[in-house]
Formats: sequence, structure tokens, C-alpha cells
Amino acid sequence: MQLWEKLIIVAILATIVVVAGTIVYLNYFAKRRLFISTTTSLYDTGLLDMIEKDYESTHNVDLQIVAAGTGIAIQHAKNGDADVILVHSLSMEKTFLEEGYGVNRKIIAYNFFTIIGPENDPAGILGKNATEALKSIVAYGDRLPDQSGATKIWISRGDNSGTHSKEQSLWKEAGYNYTLISQKPWYASTGSGMGDTLNVADQKSAYTLSDMGTYLKFYKDRIISLKALISEDTSLLNVYSAIAVKPDVPANKSIHEQINFKDAMDFIQYLVSPETQQLITNYGKDVYGQRLFFGAVETLKNNEQPEANWIKAYAFINGYECPPQYRSNYDELYTGDTGNG
Amino acid sequence: MSFTLVILAMVDILEGIIKALQLIVSGDPTLYGILYRSLLFSGSAAVLATLWGTPIAMLLSLKDFRGKTIIKGFFNTLIGIPTVVLGLVLFLIFSKSGPLGFLGLLYTPAAIILGEAVLVTPILISIMTSAIEAVDPEIVNLAKTLGASESQTAIAVLKEALNGVLLSNIASFNRAIAELGVALLVGGNIAGSTDILTTAISRYTARGDLDLAVALGILLMIIIFGINMIVIATRKLRWLSILGKSPQ
Repeated sequence: MQLWEKLIIVAILATIVVVAGTIVYLNYFAKRRLFISTTTSLYDTGLLDMIEKDYESTHNVDLQIVAAGTGIAIQHAKNGDADVILVHSLSMEKTFLEEGYGVNRKIIAYNFFTIIGPENDPAGILGKNATEALKSIVAYGDRLPDQSGATKIWISRGDNSGTHSKEQSLWKEAGYNYTLISQKPWYASTGSGMGDTLNVADQKSAYTLSDMGTYLKFYKDRIISLKALISEDTSLLNVYSAIAVKPDVPANKSIHEQINFKDAMDFIQYLVSPETQQLITNYGKDVYGQRLFFGAVETLKNNEQPEANWIKAYAFINGYECPPQYRSNYDELYTGDTGNG
Repeated sequence: MSFTLVILAMVDILEGIIKALQLIVSGDPTLYGILYRSLLFSGSAAVLATLWGTPIAMLLSLKDFRGKTIIKGFFNTLIGIPTVVLGLVLFLIFSKSGPLGFLGLLYTPAAIILGEAVLVTPILISIMTSAIEAVDPEIVNLAKTLGASESQTAIAVLKEALNGVLLSNIASFNRAIAELGVALLVGGNIAGSTDILTTAISRYTARGDLDLAVALGILLMIIIFGINMIVIATRKLRWLSILGKSPQ
């Protein structure tokens, strides 16, 4: 046998050792893993770091958090690469459930999006509602002397995330065709997460739509100087939900055999427990001087007004938090969810 | 006015660097965990690539066969493959809906190690092949005259090309530790398990934790400078090749 032949055998053996070693380690020695694909805002604000620490201290499970954005999180779930998703786009969540990939949706938290921009507010949107503000921004953009595309006044996520999806629906509500708007010379799309987009908007002194949590973190840490010009408008409501990935997806059963459904449901139950809801509501209050997120479970259960009605109007599917056909056991999660939303 | 602003901005940057250095000196566990994983994954990838690449490089440099030039050209071209493209391809392969999904390797260190090994194998093969080809053919003849077997001859040639072989290993490690795309896509950048220097810099920048990002950047630069110093030193250390020539 020649030397190179021996070396090839060694190389193959080494590769097998790496692969087999990892598989054996993960299956027999490591803690059970729960893959969570999440929208960036819950992660970039540090909320999930706190939740991970709290959850892992009481559960023998290793949370594997992949921060991506709602669109990619849903894609991961469809591929079988996530066990539970944390997302914030009603239309995408609805499609996800209807296509049979997800089950047991629970609304876990809410806050508000905010339209932010430079302090001198050249488009004059301060004090307007979201629809009027977008109209002012378009008017300002179209009036700009520089229409070469070098001056950008609106920065979009452009990454198919929940925030991007919200932006598109806001343009629609204001009476614009999103495709046309996105082709305007003053419109820029970063295709990245909220933090990166905030940085770009700040550098260009442009307007953008942000979730309140990420914005406050970046503003208080003096990373950006843009001001929140419009917030607490009900059309800017931002509702986060958790959805478990269905373990036996009809579309392709074989690939979903390894979905960790049991731990996914345990994690969702943990998220909606009063203690965790309290953690979510209090998160960042002392550091940022105001709340980044509000737990939604108690609000809905006690029908606190006006927030409960806002959430119902904005984030319920056919009057349900999770329509009965998309539930699988765990009825105790839906005692009040009778379709009267 | 603008001058004051520039000064203020510079003070901000300096402040960031000082905070980053404090993190490095204080032995921040998050920071050193990331450093450890980076070194471990890139090191393993370089070792694996050496194991894959050495026999191929030996074939390409010592044997004559049809299509040899095309194969060499192929590996030379692959040196420049964008890491994010390779990352995407590997993501699709390792995803549970992909052909190797049943292994369950996506978002594990093994996926990063294998992916980075695939990434750096072409660079290793190309450098090693040139190094072996540059060895004086007389060495082969001499070894054979002295009654060396085929394997012993190959070992003699490898020793002769030691500088180039070491350079190929170091270049592989260098490329592996500095790459982002593969580790981000197949590793998932999961905190405490698959985040490495480059992916963590990207995350902490996006999260606005700039001190940590700068600290990680400084560590990465130190490693890369260190590696390049080793490369320069290796080239100067003639005794290494003399050692290779010493009679058995």
C-alpha cells in the first residue's frame, strides 16, 4: 500500500471520528437541546439572554437560540431546523399555521413600534399619526433637490422580518404601493437586523421604523442619536408570539422526526407563566427608565382595556389567539380563547 | 466647531478601545470562551484539511496522470470561493431537510469544523502541491538509488518541502479563523456553543455591545498578526530544511 493510500484512510477515519463523535456526544452525553429561532428584537435587547439563564437554571435543557428575523425563523422551522419560533408578524404566522407547520400559538408579549428620525425632523412628522407621518416623509423625499439616489431619508430592514412586514403594511395603510415606494431614490434597504439598520439610519440621519425595545437600548447606550418621533399609536402595535413546530408535519414527515416538541411546549408554558410574564414586563425598566416589553398573557386573561382589545384586533386569527384546528393537546393554555376576540 | 466634534469622536473611540482592553485584561469569561472556540474550531479544521489535502497534494505533485492540470486549476479556483456561498451550500446540505440532515449536525461545532475544513482544503492543496513540485527531482532519484521504498521516498520529499507544507497549514488556519460566512450559516452563532470571534463580532455590533465587539476584534487581530510573524520566522529558519536533509 502506498503512502498516499494510507493517508486517505487516515483522513476518512478522522472525518468519521469528528462526525460520529459529535453525534454520540449530542445524543448520549449532552443535555437535551431545544432550538429556538427568534426575531432579532427579542435577542438584541438582551431579553432572551435573561430568559435563557432563568430557564436553564431550573430545566435540564440547553436552549440553542438562533437570532434571525421572523421570515428566516419561519423558514428554519419549515426546514425542521427549529423546535419553537418567537415571531411578530401576524400574516406570516397565519400562513405558517395554515400550511400545517406550526401548532399551539401563544401571544407572549407586546410593545410598540416607533418611527424614529433625526432630531431636527426635516419632514415634520412629530405629533402626527403613523399614516400622516409616512405621507409627510414621502412628500419630503419627493421634494429633495437630490433625486440621484445618493440621499436616503428612509431606511428599511428589507429582510422579510416582522418589522419589515409591519413597515409594508404601514405603507399600504397610508395608501401607497409598497413596490413603488421601495423603488424611490430616497428609499434604502439594509437587508439586515434591527441593530444594523438603526446604525445605518443614524449615520444617514434618515427615518426608519424600529421596535421600541431595540431602539431604547441603542438610544440609551448613546450608540445612535435619532429620536423616537412617533410611538404609542395603536397602528404601531407590535405583538410577539411563540409557536411550536408541529412534530408530524404532513408535508414531509420524515424530516420532522427529530423535532423536540415536548420541550418546545414546556418552554411555551414557561413563557406564559405569571413569573416569566413578570420578568418580561420588568426587563430593562431600571436600566432604560421605561419598559421595553409588556407581558400579554395577564392583559388578555383579565381583559385589561384598552390594551386587550388592541391585541385582539391586531393579532388574533379569526377571533382566536390560536384557532382550535391549530392546537394540539395543552388545552389549559387556551381556557379563555373561545373565539370571541 | 467641527474640530471639537472630531476630537469628541476620537475620545469616544479611545474610550471604546480602553474598555475593550479592560475586558481582555479582566479575563471576561464570555470573551475567552469565544476565543477558545475560535482557536479550537479553526485548529481542528486546519488539521482535518491537512489530513484530506496531503494525499491529494502528493498525488498531484508526484504522479503523472491525465487531467492533472484541470484538477490543479480546479483547486486553485476554489481558493477564492466566497465563504458565504460555501456556507449557504453547506447549510442546505446539513439542514434537516437536506441530504445530510439525518446526521443532525446543523448548528453544532462539528458543522463549523467540517465546513471550515472544506473551505481551506483548496488553499492547502495548492500551496502544498507547489511546495512539493519545487523539490529537486534529484532527491527522488537519490532516495531510490539508496534503496528507499516508494513510501520512504515520499516522506523524504515531504521533509524536503517542509517549509511549504508548514506554510500551507498556517495559511489554512489563517483563512479558517478569519472567515465569517461558513460559521455564521452552519453554526448559527449560538451564544456559548457555536459563536466564534468573527460571528460574535458581527452579533455584538448588531446588538450595540461595541466594547465586546472591539475586544474580540483586537484578539482576532493579535492572532492573525501572530500567525504572520510565525510564517515570516518559519521562512527564515533555514535550519528546519537542513534538519529535513539530515541523513537517516
